[in-house]
Amino acid sequence: MPAGIWAKCPRCRNLIYRKELERNLKVCPKCAYHHRLTAVERLEITLDENSFREYDAGLTSTDPLGFENYPAKLSEARAKTDQAEAVITGEGTIDGSQTIIGALDFHFMGGSMGSAVGEKVARAAERSYEQRLPLVIFSASGGARMQEGVLSLMQLAKTSAAIGRIHDAGLPYLSVMCDPTTGGVTASFAFLGDVILAEPGALIGFAGRRVIEQTIRRKLPDDFQTAEFCLQKGLIDMVVPRTEMRSALARLLAFVGAPRVLPAAIEPAPAAQP
Amino acid sequence: MTERTPSPAADLDRQLADLEQEIERLRKRSREQSVSVDAELGPLLERADHLRVQIYTNPSPWHIVQLARQSQRPRLLDFVGTLCSDVMELHGDRLYRDDPALLAALARFEGQPVVVIGHNKGKDTKENIARNFGMPYPEGYRKALRAMRLAEKFRYPVISFVDTPGAYPGDEAEERGQAEAIARNIQEMSRLRVPLVVVITGEGGSGGALAIAVGDVVLMLQYAVYTVISPEGCAAILWHDASRAREAAEALKLTAQDLQTLGVVDEVLPEPFGGAHRDPDATFAAVREALGRHLQALREVPIEILLDRRYKKYRRMGRILEESEQSAQSSQSPRPLAGDG
Repeated sequence: MPAGIWAKCPRCRNLIYRKELERNLKVCPKCAYHHRLTAVERLEITLDENSFREYDAGLTSTDPLGFENYPAKLSEARAKTDQAEAVITGEGTIDGSQTIIGALDFHFMGGSMGSAVGEKVARAAERSYEQRLPLVIFSASGGARMQEGVLSLMQLAKTSAAIGRIHDAGLPYLSVMCDPTTGGVTASFAFLGDVILAEPGALIGFAGRRVIEQTIRRKLPDDFQTAEFCLQKGLIDMVVPRTEMRSALARLLAFVGAPRVLPAAIEPAPAAQP
Repeated sequence: MTERTPSPAADLDRQLADLEQEIERLRKRSREQSVSVDAELGPLLERADHLRVQIYTNPSPWHIVQLARQSQRPRLLDFVGTLCSDVMELHGDRLYRDDPALLAALARFEGQPVVVIGHNKGKDTKENIARNFGMPYPEGYRKALRAMRLAEKFRYPVISFVDTPGAYPGDEAEERGQAEAIARNIQEMSRLRVPLVVVITGEGGSGGALAIAVGDVVLMLQYAVYTVISPEGCAAILWHDASRAREAAEALKLTAQDLQTLGVVDEVLPEPFGGAHRDPDATFAAVREALGRHLQALREVPIEILLDRRYKKYRRMGRILEESEQSAQSSQSPRPLAGDG
């Protein structure tokens, strides 16, 4: 969104006072459209203040195939988002419940999963396993990163295997699907949550609408692959408005037994194992 | 490149197909009319050989894509029928229906009980329509998982044959949880407590292939392909021009040799000159030998070690860059979230 006092809602086209939009966690006060968030914004509205410690901030993808324009696209995404990759991972507390957390950023090459995103998600899962902490991942991704070819596809296996270890250890994994969560990310860690939540109106699906329409030679209904559609089809557990997401996660984490940290006791956690 | 221009590889293919037709026609005439056609046949045979050499000596990635999709290429049922005995097909996912695009069976390989799963592509239009061109619905993947659970229960190894354009992209497939079915299989295969050997025999189409392609050993036929997106799809996204698929096929590094270099495939199985369909028996023999050797070796590995190895194998895949030692140090120690987003 361009800077300025007013912001235009892409859905209802109303002009909204930017401060009011921010106060409302970037949910349109007129039509409840959930604007896409950056990974940083997502973590800020989810975690207790000053509780976040980032992991693997310097971990990035390379250009393993020598793919046309990929290094330039990476640089462009870095400049645009001020992030090294399409996911931020770390640990923090949600209303006092300690958790490992990750947030994908759709603004960074469509939140696509290449080697670095896969590696960071897998490491987050392994830290959850090692530290016996829950894992929360916010997904927002178009899928696997084409520019890394089959190595991107292998990140589905890498992340799913790491999530499997969390399940084996009896640790909770909460998956939150944001707009959009599609392709390879749905076909791996996003759909492997013990509890799967989604933001209202989020696009969630494996294949793209256009490809499906070409295949079945029919128009799809407007609500196809929305969070609400997925809820009705039994694919996810709950649709939670952004303004209630933090408390929903806090309640789930408290229920499934995340270690509690009293507000006064929040201090820098010991350095994570590399 | 202009739209719909046939690629040079496809062009050579067409020339060869035309020549072969002509040769067959001449031979038929010779048989039926008992006349000698040698004078006419000779140059044609020579030209055909020349074309074959041109095509197959050093096939381009795009040409390999054509070979992988070749309609006469040996299919799942050819492999299972030749390599296995005592085959008993299992049907259905117990949840919705039986998906003919994916086969699951109990069988014996070299006399030993195994569970076989695989994409069931057909050889002609009729077969392909019945089996949805080897593109499974979620129930296909769930049937495969059910069969793998049986394998786990009875301690049989799993052999998985991969040959699919991809998971079926349809509305009902989405509604029944295509993504979940694939994710579940990938996760469960990563920790299935029996040996898993995968053979990529034709098209390894993205998530729809990977959903039955996690293994202790992944074998790949020389002219099979394995890719995150079809060359056509890649070209359409990248250049808004599906006809540049040939370039995309090169960029994607989807050949068996590329994949071995990238550490995704453990062994490349040689195919006869011109592709598996030119000499299916030689292809079956190569697959039989490799399967036998790897299954034998895997049987001797204690399951906990096997699972640990499998985990680490996939854990290592990909190429990443970490900041230089000094800055890596600081990135490993936690740092707070930077100010306002």
